Amino acid sequence: MQKLFTNIFTTKKSKNLLLEMSSSDQVDPNASVLSIENFSIAYRSESGDVKATDHVSLDLKRSEILGLAGESGSGKSTLAYGACRLLRSPAIITGGKVTYRGRRAPKDGVEITALNAKQLKQLRWREISIVFQSAMNSLNPVITVGDQLDDAIRAHLPMGSAARKEKAGLLLDLAGIPRQRLSSYPHELSGGMRQRVMIAMALAVDPEIVIMDEPTTALDVVVQREILTQIIEIKNQLNFSIIFITHDLSLLLELADRIAIMYAGKLLEVGSAKDLHYKTAHPYTEGLLGSFPSLTGPKKALAGIPGSPPDLRTLSTGCPFFQRCRHSSSACKSITNDLINVSKEVEVLHLTACPFHPDPGSDKRWKAPDLVDSTVNFQAHAAGEQDASQKGFVL
Amino acid sequence: MKYILQRLGFYIAAAFVALVINFAIPHLMPGNPVEAALVKLTQGGGTVTPQTICAIAKQTSTYIPHCGVQKVSIMSQFWHYVVNLAHGNLGYSTSKNLTVDAVIVQVMPWTLLLVGFSTLIAFVLGTVIGIIAAWRRGSMLDSSLPVLSFFQGIPYFILALLLQYFFTVKWQFLPIGQGESSNVVQGWNWPFIASALEHSILPAVTLVLASMAGWSVGMRNVMITTVSEEYVLAAQAKGLSNWRIVTTYAARNAILPNIAGLANALGLVVSGVIIMEVVFSYPGAGNMMFNAVSQDDYSLVSGLFLCISAAVLLANFIADGIYVILDPRIRKRAAY
Amino acid sequence: MSTQIVPSANIDNTAANALKPDFNIGKVSRFRRFIKAYGASPTKFKIGLGIIIFFVLVSIIGPFVRPYNPNANLNNPIPNAAPSSNHLLGTDYQGEDVLSELLVGTGPTILLGLIVGTISTLVSIIIGLLAGYYGGPADQLISLFTNIILIIPALPLLIVILGLLQGQGGILLMALVLSALSWAWGAKAIRAQTLSLRNQDFVSAARETGESNFRIMVVEILPRMVSLVASSFIFTVLYAITASVGLMYLGLGLGGAASTSLGGILFNANNNDATLGGEIWEYMPPALIVAVFGMGLVLMNYGLDEIGNPRLKDANRLGKIGKKAMRPSDPTPVLTLSATNGKRSFWSDIRSKDPLTLVKFPSDSKG
Repeated sequence: MQKLFTNIFTTKKSKNLLLEMSSSDQVDPNASVLSIENFSIAYRSESGDVKATDHVSLDLKRSEILGLAGESGSGKSTLAYGACRLLRSPAIITGGKVTYRGRRAPKDGVEITALNAKQLKQLRWREISIVFQSAMNSLNPVITVGDQLDDAIRAHLPMGSAARKEKAGLLLDLAGIPRQRLSSYPHELSGGMRQRVMIAMALAVDPEIVIMDEPTTALDVVVQREILTQIIEIKNQLNFSIIFITHDLSLLLELADRIAIMYAGKLLEVGSAKDLHYKTAHPYTEGLLGSFPSLTGPKKALAGIPGSPPDLRTLSTGCPFFQRCRHSSSACKSITNDLINVSKEVEVLHLTACPFHPDPGSDKRWKAPDLVDSTVNFQAHAAGEQDASQKGFVL
Repeated sequence: MKYILQRLGFYIAAAFVALVINFAIPHLMPGNPVEAALVKLTQGGGTVTPQTICAIAKQTSTYIPHCGVQKVSIMSQFWHYVVNLAHGNLGYSTSKNLTVDAVIVQVMPWTLLLVGFSTLIAFVLGTVIGIIAAWRRGSMLDSSLPVLSFFQGIPYFILALLLQYFFTVKWQFLPIGQGESSNVVQGWNWPFIASALEHSILPAVTLVLASMAGWSVGMRNVMITTVSEEYVLAAQAKGLSNWRIVTTYAARNAILPNIAGLANALGLVVSGVIIMEVVFSYPGAGNMMFNAVSQDDYSLVSGLFLCISAAVLLANFIADGIYVILDPRIRKRAAY
Repeated sequence: MSTQIVPSANIDNTAANALKPDFNIGKVSRFRRFIKAYGASPTKFKIGLGIIIFFVLVSIIGPFVRPYNPNANLNNPIPNAAPSSNHLLGTDYQGEDVLSELLVGTGPTILLGLIVGTISTLVSIIIGLLAGYYGGPADQLISLFTNIILIIPALPLLIVILGLLQGQGGILLMALVLSALSWAWGAKAIRAQTLSLRNQDFVSAARETGESNFRIMVVEILPRMVSLVASSFIFTVLYAITASVGLMYLGLGLGGAASTSLGGILFNANNNDATLGGEIWEYMPPALIVAVFGMGLVLMNYGLDEIGNPRLKDANRLGKIGKKAMRPSDPTPVLTLSATNGKRSFWSDIRSKDPLTLVKFPSDSKG
């Protein structure tokens, strides 16, 4: 099996305008391959601009699985696609920068937000590839799977057609699909098989980072499990990094090394899967964790989160989760949403946007400054709601 | 393959219906075809001899005493008619003094070449304009596309009248009407071909202008929808060249409804061409049909109708074939 | 005859909802809602409808304001007179006033289009709804028949029929024949749409609550196809006017009164060599009326397309960065900072050709 992998990826490197091989042995395992700093994206619309992501800073470490969780509309996909500059008009990046620091990148990295279209074409797929949510929709229905794999290889690697075909075959082997499927059209494959094709496609030119946008959401549970197992297996052999986007936090707790929680375009909590699970430092994460049953833990009532995400056009200052938060108080309206490190360990970050978090590992009492007991809590909450309705919040 | 056979079956059914219509119409009209023809003949100052009566009776298989045509059932009349057709016997054209098939052989090439080339040019041009407009939303080209509504709404023959006025009457760039100048001899000689080409410029331009509009707008609208499909985004994420994204991923899919629409469009194009030919006195099937109608040459009219229908059916069959080649999913779908 | 019918990519429910009549509102507010819906409709639709209304008004008022009686002999007829103060659009070969002919002749032409549009749309709704809703072998047969009607070239067939009728009949007969040959496109489209709506939840729900099939078809399904039906109606009117004017131009189906329709006026002009003789006032005005009326119909249809597929709409303003039309493949533009004034630009202020080379401005603070 190991031999198979080396076979696939020992190919001649193309003359790349942008990226050259740097000596890859001296890399620091803790170094990040992708740094997103203060990244903001807005969608222009007739009724005002929508801040889809707002000052998001996030690092992806080499060969780690970073989970990006949030409800739909939280900006998690926008963040990932925006980092590749794949969002179309009316989206516009209004601030921040994204730096790529892969093995093939120059020492101080490549600033993706400063690249032109031609340079981006070289970066895309070669360095960052994507597994899309719906394999049915992301495969071109009128050309064969083989041709689509070939397209990706030919765009980035200087190989003859026979070599490309052999490589495409090897990729299908890797993804666990019979080789004769190369001449199949997408509609001739089952849902699981299509998703495997997409995974093979994403690995076609040995990328450093693979963005997986809800890759298993559309599949049934058994196939989902199979494919996830396979993804991890392949990842362990090839050592790429994964940004795994999903709304399923329970999945991430199992799968991801680190998890970032997004809400209303902002990061609310970032930390290792363990820390997030056992030392939850943001009420929203708490709410998400409370909305699915634990397989091993004691029985408890499922809580869920009341209400729905706020309208991004009318978002005011303060904590975006304020409206739905069980612990909220008037003080929440004036917080900055800056991420605070609550980790007690050295060189491990556990960040939260909630300044009123309890001490991790303590009795989980949220210390909102002007709250003493639950009665006050209730009143403050009601007052907050009234206040919000005057401001034109949409709940 | 199954799909193609199904389509073939459909076209055979359609051709049969065209035959039945063509056969039934004169039988459904008040009076018999002979009387009708005679009325017109006498109105036009012609003299009626027993020979003429019998000639028309034979053509139309109408029972007239003493003409040698037997009084037969409608079914056997239809059979007779089909057998005649199968032998290429479409009757005799009274206005041209030729067999109908001889007249058809004369006029069909003109129309087929004109419609064929113009439609091809219009389809390709219109598709390309549609692709560019959709790819560059809000550009000059895209914003000026609604201007095409003028060409899309105007009947071909009225556009022909306008162009004819400007190019032949007012500015006199181009020759007036007809298929070729009077001083050339029909055949494979350069003066004739050059003259025919010169005379066909205006009809062709009319056709291209008027039918291109529909293709552009249709292609643009489908392309805009296709471009927002995830596989186009995926192609972009793969770092493919713009050319590859546009051709293999976006346009390749967007063109399918346009090719499916070709079937409906061709009927309209042919209908438009018939009247347009009259404006330009173009020596094609449409103009001939008009002449035959005004001279009550029913055999020729119905022969031409059958021939035009057959051409449209054939063109549709070709379009179906192209569709099957372009869309692998179609093989699974039911026909018609 | 230059309209291509390309199957609309997605005629979805938003379209139907946008135009869906609300049955529960009073008369006044229904009128108000109509005005409101018109105000919200795409510009192309407004312009198109404006053109149509203008010509309809002309054809209604026309016969009352015509300067001369087009059918009565003038005292001193001057044939083929160029436009003058007496005859604003000149006279035809008989010395009759062209403007008066137009004012009288526009009405019947438009009326014919509307009659054919109405009859054939009704037929196509009935056939399309029944076939699509009930399905089964009858549907297969109807679809086969519809497709055959669709594929047989209609105009040559009309020439055959009208030629055989030899001048009998008139506008009404032509309207009937045109209706008989033009319902197929609408029926096909409506059937397809009914087929897809039939399997949706709201139909099952209606069936569960015991609504009759007739009620489901008319109250549940039909209102969701308003834009499709409207577009089919518009196409049929355009087709009918185009075909009838064309046939009359050939002298078919005139029914004796040649100068009382636009096609007849064109026929007379052509018959008397006005086209080659350069007497443009005899044929250009009717030709232009037909062309502009057709344009109005097509524009309305463009508008309906935009209602049916909102993606077609908002390109002009939002698809651009400054004056640059963006391609879908263009990388997401990055707004950078202005070194000169340090002020944040609004999108509308961006005039640079390449958004990537925008001037820089210092980091903006949060909140």
